[in-house]
Amino acid sequence: MTDLTDQKTAALAAIYAAETLEALDEQRVAALGKKGWVSLALKTLGGMSPEERTQAAPAIQATRSEVADSIAARKAALESAALAEKLASETLDLTLPAPDTKTGSVHPVSQVMDELAEIFADLGFSVATGPEIEDDWHNFTALNMDESHPARAMHDTFYLPDPASSSEAVGGDENASSSEAVGEQKRMLLRTHTSPVQIRSMKANGAPIRIIAPGRVYRSDSDATHTPMFHQVEGLVIDKNIHLGHLKWTLETFLKAFFEREDIVLRLRPSYFPFTEPSVEVDVGYANTGGRRVVGGSGDDDGHDWMELLGSGMVNRRVLESAGVDPDEYQGFAFGVGVDRLAMLKYGMDDLRAFFDGDARWLSHYGFSAFDQPTLSAGVGVKP
Amino acid sequence: MKFSLTWLKDHLETSATLAEITDALNAIGLEVEGVEDPAQRLAGFTVAEVLTAEKHPDADKLQVLTVNTGSGDQLQVVCGAPNARAGMKGVLGQPGAVVPSNGMKLKKSAIRGVESNGMMCSVRELELGEDHDGIIELPADAPAGHSFADYHGSSPIIDVAITPNRPDCMGVHGIARDLAAAGLGTLKPIAFPKFAASGACPTEIRTDDAEGCPAFYGRVITGVKNGASPDWLQQRLASAGQKPISLLVDLTNYLMLAFGRPAHAYDLAKLTGAVVARRAKNGEQIVALNDKTYTLDDSMTVIADDAGVHDVAGIMGGLESGCSAETTDVLLEIAYFNPAQIGVTGRKLGLASDARTRFERGVDPAFLDDGLDLLTGLIVELGGGTASEVTRAGSPPSDAKVVAFDPALTASLGGVDVAEAEQRRILESLDFEVGADWKVTCPLRRHDIEGPADLVEEVVRIHGLDNVASVALPRAEGVARPTASPEQKLERKLRRAAAGAGLDEAITWSFISEEEAARVGGGVWSLDNPISEDMKVMRPSLLPGLLSAVKRNVDRGASSLQLFEIGRRYLADGEHPTLVAVLAGEKTARGWDTGKPTHFDAYDAKAMCLQLLEAAGAPVHKLMVMPAESIADIYHPGQSASLRLGPKNQLASFGTIHPAMLDAFDIDVPVVALGIHLDAIPAPKVKKGASPSFARAAYSPPALQSVTRDFAFLVPAELPAGDLLRSVKGADKVNIVDAKIFDVFAGQGVAEGKKSIAVEVTLQPQEKSFKDAELKAISDAVIAAAQKQGAELRG
Repeated sequence: MTDLTDQKTAALAAIYAAETLEALDEQRVAALGKKGWVSLALKTLGGMSPEERTQAAPAIQATRSEVADSIAARKAALESAALAEKLASETLDLTLPAPDTKTGSVHPVSQVMDELAEIFADLGFSVATGPEIEDDWHNFTALNMDESHPARAMHDTFYLPDPASSSEAVGGDENASSSEAVGEQKRMLLRTHTSPVQIRSMKANGAPIRIIAPGRVYRSDSDATHTPMFHQVEGLVIDKNIHLGHLKWTLETFLKAFFEREDIVLRLRPSYFPFTEPSVEVDVGYANTGGRRVVGGSGDDDGHDWMELLGSGMVNRRVLESAGVDPDEYQGFAFGVGVDRLAMLKYGMDDLRAFFDGDARWLSHYGFSAFDQPTLSAGVGVKP
Repeated sequence: MKFSLTWLKDHLETSATLAEITDALNAIGLEVEGVEDPAQRLAGFTVAEVLTAEKHPDADKLQVLTVNTGSGDQLQVVCGAPNARAGMKGVLGQPGAVVPSNGMKLKKSAIRGVESNGMMCSVRELELGEDHDGIIELPADAPAGHSFADYHGSSPIIDVAITPNRPDCMGVHGIARDLAAAGLGTLKPIAFPKFAASGACPTEIRTDDAEGCPAFYGRVITGVKNGASPDWLQQRLASAGQKPISLLVDLTNYLMLAFGRPAHAYDLAKLTGAVVARRAKNGEQIVALNDKTYTLDDSMTVIADDAGVHDVAGIMGGLESGCSAETTDVLLEIAYFNPAQIGVTGRKLGLASDARTRFERGVDPAFLDDGLDLLTGLIVELGGGTASEVTRAGSPPSDAKVVAFDPALTASLGGVDVAEAEQRRILESLDFEVGADWKVTCPLRRHDIEGPADLVEEVVRIHGLDNVASVALPRAEGVARPTASPEQKLERKLRRAAAGAGLDEAITWSFISEEEAARVGGGVWSLDNPISEDMKVMRPSLLPGLLSAVKRNVDRGASSLQLFEIGRRYLADGEHPTLVAVLAGEKTARGWDTGKPTHFDAYDAKAMCLQLLEAAGAPVHKLMVMPAESIADIYHPGQSASLRLGPKNQLASFGTIHPAMLDAFDIDVPVVALGIHLDAIPAPKVKKGASPSFARAAYSPPALQSVTRDFAFLVPAELPAGDLLRSVKGADKVNIVDAKIFDVFAGQGVAEGKKSIAVEVTLQPQEKSFKDAELKAISDAVIAAAQKQGAELRG
């Protein structure tokens, strides 16, 4: 028995001394392998009498368990140490930069157009569209600006030959006077305002109608504050019993929602547009704060002034007639406002030309996250 | 138009302050664009007396003055004016004052070695007129030391914008009438200077063009002295920004600016025979008062005599018969011209004038005789001479418009309740005659009044738009309905999908240069009057605008760009909504892990294209990859393709931009691009008659696990991998749910002219797991399908 005890003591010492899994396995083979001393000791039990066996077996079994447990424990310890070493070798410098993920952006003009659509949807306005290459009739004549109308001179119009009719025009000089009259109506141009969409929408859908029509418009004008292409949104309400008071309320409501301010104050001034009667120019009060115009408050307040913001009025009955709406039954209002201008006032850009330059730095600074889709519940504006 | 407060008060009896007047002008629709106070410009200039004047020791033309400033000080001032002399009174600018004409701030200086402590000023230096022959001479009783602005009586100048519908306010008198109606005072009656007319008009006057010139009145004045105008007249014209020229010219201008009534004065000595309003002959020429020659045609009305044309009717007189200092006998013309025709003529000739502005908007047809008498009276009063009787050819329109008005319309259209008596007062104060039955007779000068809505505007603007109360629009019952069209929703989805995928949205010009347009197939819409050659053709593609943006960004140092734009292409058959995206330069920058940057390639464009199409709801799984559209040189011919739903229905294209295109835009980084035709994406199908439902087709994930099988095929090298993949997928449409290519290889071990393509096929068991025989049958079907593409299973 002493032999077994000595062997165990020596084996346990060797097991705990094993530095590698291989060394440990040698110990396992030496002890528990077929010819290992534990196995051999177990085999001796076979040659014993039952009495002897009963006496000797518990010690041998216990030795086997003890050795086996020790090997398992040592193995776990060695594996754990090996993993720790492996993990230590796998350490990353996580202060190094991760791969870039590029964030895209929505152009402020698109964002503001979405905001407008949201605000006006709440007021029951649908979004209407129309062609940018318009004919003279829709852009001018139907809006009560016939060929001789002086107001046409106020629109710096881009004209285009109609590619469809140009083949006929060649050599058609002999009937110049009669073809001129037709040509006048057919003459193509870039729409100078979004107002022709009024005509198209009324012709297509009749009255009552509530639409906004955002889009690109064009004037042959280019300087620090004007670009030959810009964006407008037109509003049109035609129904029974609509009057100037409804126009005022609609504009106030829209601007309060757009700027998310209750203190928007409008000043209505009589003006002139051929397509409205009465015509009203609308100023909004603002303060000059830190070199920026901040909309809000009355223009008559201290430190405040008025700025012209939009043109509007009650739709001229001639326009309704042109669009096939009975002016004795229906009346309503229209307004038009610059979208780029609204964007600048709300989000603080100061250079209109930058809107159309495509400078990626500008776009990512003034652009909007794809996930900032304007909603009424979240507020249509996006704060920095 | 500009006018001084003093001038306004010639016509308006008022105690209102300047601020009250400008507020009222804004409120009634005469927008104040600015108020200028000349007193501020003349600050620092005072009345001074010259005590002594000695010759400058070192300069022949200069004098050294001693000036009494009035405060007891005496200043030494060097002066170059020949009229400077001891004892005279003039205007002194002391150091610190700013000379209005040139913005120069006066300071102490030495002129040729002699100290000078200020400047004695000329009329021109103070911008009070043109005279620069000498310094201003003030009357002997002018108080030395007094502010010159006060002494001179300078009056604030108001600048108002007159809308084109109100030619009646293109004269001070008309503005005064509107202000009086708004309660700002009383309109003064016009003061007609008395004169005696004697003898018939010696010049025959006719109108042979009753359409272009319905009325032509005239009168001759002989023996006029055409000198300089008196101060009051010069000051009024100056306040309007008009240079005083001579009495006759100034008075015709005065009539126009004070009463909105253009007139013309001809030097009678330069006329021969009858003076006639007639159509010009084609090719006839005139040298106008602006020294330019105009060639006329027979659509234009002119005033001519036996010798030729003297006036482009209603627009500008001729140089030859204009009044000069020598003029003593004049023919005055006051006419009524057809407004539309004046506009056409003016546009044809490209000739603008104050007269045209008024005539084409419509002058007062009832102010011909009065206008002529007023002009005659002023000429005779200020320049002497003898006036003839008036001779009249034709007659101006005299049918007053009568509008049946319902005062209730002011509330129902204008949104404000105004008492009937007040409505009547307002209209009458603007010279409308209001009958007991509310039939309203309009003054002839109000060409803008067409119907009741115009009268509502008159009432509301004078009553005050401030009094219009906000009234909420009636709201539809229930919750708000969606208002966006399918096209708008598609555009929004694409825009936000693209931005979400890392692209920046740009907006570029709708017009591009002819050359750029030609590179993308040519534009069909070319502007007649482009702002520059770079902005001439309506773009047939969004690509050139974005490539220009890439170029600008690269020039600014950008190494990687991902831009997109959603806008229209302008083609012969209309305007097409389109998305174009460009991925330029580095896809990943040089980094610590990779070392080298990577660049975008055609597969990046394809991935982005499919991602966006998927977001747009396009049937991506049905799209065929086909050659890109045949417009040469947009894309690299071997690295581009289109995505189609059938051979003719192209939804999108993508690829590497052709190097020649990059050269044309001077871009030196690789660029890939993609374009999506929004209007080619099929709308989601809603069965006719079926109520649109939100519910989706029933679905529960399969209970059994899918299995995969790998196949390696040898195929002809030119076979598009996509063709093989489509065949494999189609081999068993029930069980095969996916097939992916995971290896493509050519070279060692693969025969010449062949390539190896490895495909992983995913099989989805439905009710029961696949049996071996079923799997073998599917396998055989896959191999058979591949064989039809010329593929053989690799051993």
